[in-house]
Amino acid sequence: MEADKRLSDLKPGEKAKILAVQCEQSSRGRLLELGLLPGTEVRFIRRAPLGDPLLVELRGYALSLGKRDATMIAVSSLERNEA
Amino acid sequence: MSSEHTILLVGNPNSGKTTVFNRLTGASARVGNYPGITVERMEGSYRADDGTSYRVIDLPGTYSLTARSFDEALVADTMVQASQGTNSVTVVLVLDATSIERSLYLAHQVLTLELPTVVALNMMDEVKTRSLPDYRQELSTALGDVALCPISAAEGTGWDAFRSSLERSLTEQVQATAPPLALRSEVETLVTHVAASLPEKLQSRSQAWARWALLSHDLREHLSTPTIASTIEASVWQSVEEAQSHATAQALDLELELIAPVYAWAEAQLQPDASPRKSTSEPSRAAHKLDDVLTHPVWGLAIFLAVMTLLFQLLFSWSDPAIGVIETLVGFCQQVTLDVLPEGPLADLVANGIIAGVGNVIVFVPQIAILFLMVTLLEDSGYLARVAFVLDRMMGLVGLHGKAFIPMLSGVACAIPAIMATRTIENRKDRLLTMMVIPLMSCSARLPVYVLVTAVVFAGAAPAFGFLDVGAIVLASMYALSIFAALFAAAVLRRTVVRGKRPAFILELPPYRRPILRNVLISTWQRVKVFLIDAGTVILAFTIVLWALLNYPKDEAAQMRFDQQRAQITRAGLPADVEESQLARVDDEESSYKIDHSILGRLGHAIEPAIEPLGMDHRIGIAILGAFAAREVFVSTLGIIFGQGETDEEDEGLRNTLADATHDNGEKLLTPLSGVALMVFFVLACQCMSTLAVLKRETGGYRIPIFVFAYMSILAYVAALLVYQIGTALGLGTS
Repeated sequence: MEADKRLSDLKPGEKAKILAVQCEQSSRGRLLELGLLPGTEVRFIRRAPLGDPLLVELRGYALSLGKRDATMIAVSSLERNEA
Repeated sequence: MSSEHTILLVGNPNSGKTTVFNRLTGASARVGNYPGITVERMEGSYRADDGTSYRVIDLPGTYSLTARSFDEALVADTMVQASQGTNSVTVVLVLDATSIERSLYLAHQVLTLELPTVVALNMMDEVKTRSLPDYRQELSTALGDVALCPISAAEGTGWDAFRSSLERSLTEQVQATAPPLALRSEVETLVTHVAASLPEKLQSRSQAWARWALLSHDLREHLSTPTIASTIEASVWQSVEEAQSHATAQALDLELELIAPVYAWAEAQLQPDASPRKSTSEPSRAAHKLDDVLTHPVWGLAIFLAVMTLLFQLLFSWSDPAIGVIETLVGFCQQVTLDVLPEGPLADLVANGIIAGVGNVIVFVPQIAILFLMVTLLEDSGYLARVAFVLDRMMGLVGLHGKAFIPMLSGVACAIPAIMATRTIENRKDRLLTMMVIPLMSCSARLPVYVLVTAVVFAGAAPAFGFLDVGAIVLASMYALSIFAALFAAAVLRRTVVRGKRPAFILELPPYRRPILRNVLISTWQRVKVFLIDAGTVILAFTIVLWALLNYPKDEAAQMRFDQQRAQITRAGLPADVEESQLARVDDEESSYKIDHSILGRLGHAIEPAIEPLGMDHRIGIAILGAFAAREVFVSTLGIIFGQGETDEEDEGLRNTLADATHDNGEKLLTPLSGVALMVFFVLACQCMSTLAVLKRETGGYRIPIFVFAYMSILAYVAALLVYQIGTALGLGTS
């Protein structure tokens, strides 16, 4: 397990566990309510062609979120999973 | 028999709620308003087997009752109302079986309100085809007395069982039981503190509403909805603030502490005996492959361009014959009216006021229908969300949402359907901003103006660099100007009027699904109906007013003078063809005289000093005022003013007359410079009452349309002024 990683640092196919969600107030509540909680497993799917937003998969659905929010989410990488 | 009892449909976006609604209400669905505010909602009626009919309300799709957006505040508002027991309601909670864990978050919030509830577990067909885990057993246990009905609203499976559960619930009113929630004791204390401050009417669900208030506190800007404002009073917010400062003092992350236990509950329901998790549900491989292509930097963009080209092709070429038929029919009706009714003001009013007004309304229907058909198809299939994902970064540069792209582009055809198509943007501010800049996109009604003016002022101009047609360059520049103006306006408005940072992009990309034709048709028809009824009446009224302004006051003396001229020509015994052409000339002169002396004509004279610095005179002014009915009217009004009778932009007579027209001082009226100034004015001005009528309809008031009209008029005036004055100073294109 690597520490000190951000959700935005992940590579396509990489799985990770959320450690902390420290986004700005306005997005934080929404992301938490969408199930992006500390302890939740996510899989990074891809970046949009221009690098922002990002697409991740969690709790069986696909969620896209802005890069700015993703850099405020600390994760620890789990095993690498080739998509 | 109809009952006061209301059925409320609640569920996540993309949960198939609308399909359930359409199945329940059939053809009875209509667009209504929330009480006290002009925000629309879908309503219909459901007829039970015993003949009772119930009102069904389709609430906006939401992931939570916490009021993070205006739509969510509306759902919360309706729930507060229901909790107070002022109306009797039954909640139909639509859950998406393919992303059940997340759906259970909203389910928990709704169940805690202990209202009579039926749960429709939708998308069961997809669970099967994608071989996702089937949780109906576990959920049924979790829900206790509340009926759980596995259905596929798309295919109709499980529908009869759902109906009978719903009807049993309607008669027996079995209340949901609040699911357990394991809060930390410190948090529990704070919730209880807030609960104590809630009004009497919410006391029976005070814990639930206290948690809601704690989560919604920072979002009070959204909460100005009538019920919430009157129920959750200052004293409640006071105690919420106290609770929050307590939490801060104890280093409690209140938000997380209130949300995480709900997900813990959801997870526990889905694996009750802590058995190993059922295979994790992941979007199918096929969907991933499709996404690889559709969001690919090259292929994705290519496909997107192809889809947009198709949409455009349909918007222009498919609607064209339909628009042609409508225009012919309207013309035919006008002719019949003029033939049947005795000549006079009444016939004129009916034909050129009322029938023309109705024509001005229905002429938009083909484009609205086609655009909505396409946009709903794109949205329901899941593609629109991908488009937003791909384009958001680009649109974000000027503060627009990724979903604003398609409405903006549709504005090139016509602003009316484009403004209506912004409803795919959930966030109110994002949507408002998009609506405010769409009228700057150069719509197809501006094209005849460009064509006419270009033909007049650049006729015979040598091609630029030896091969580029000047007309083509001018045309391309006008479109470039309009796109630049729209993006620039968006960037400015985002920093001023629609202040606030662009909300963060958070969007679920739903699985690809085959759109349900029935839903697509119903929603298209709803939009057309709303346009005809709400915007249509305003457009009709405007058309009649403009007709009156163009036709009054009547000038009896002038009328007699023209009649005498006609009589002289007839008496002269000229050859038939000469007589006919002379009579036609008198008719044209009469029309020209009438318009010049009408109220609008006088207005044209009155504004002449203001538009002279733009290189225009009163005749252009009158045509600009007349074009308010519809931009293409500019050309025909010019035709009448310059004594050419009914004309279009290809008319040689009108082109020549305009090319020769001069100011009073003998200088040419339309020079390349004044022509460009005129076109720039048309690119930027909000010369379209129908756009304003639709803006009023879609924003629920006069504030936005008045603002849009004002800012665009000022922009157009200043831009045309700069073009003409700077051009004159530099001696460009003045002859």
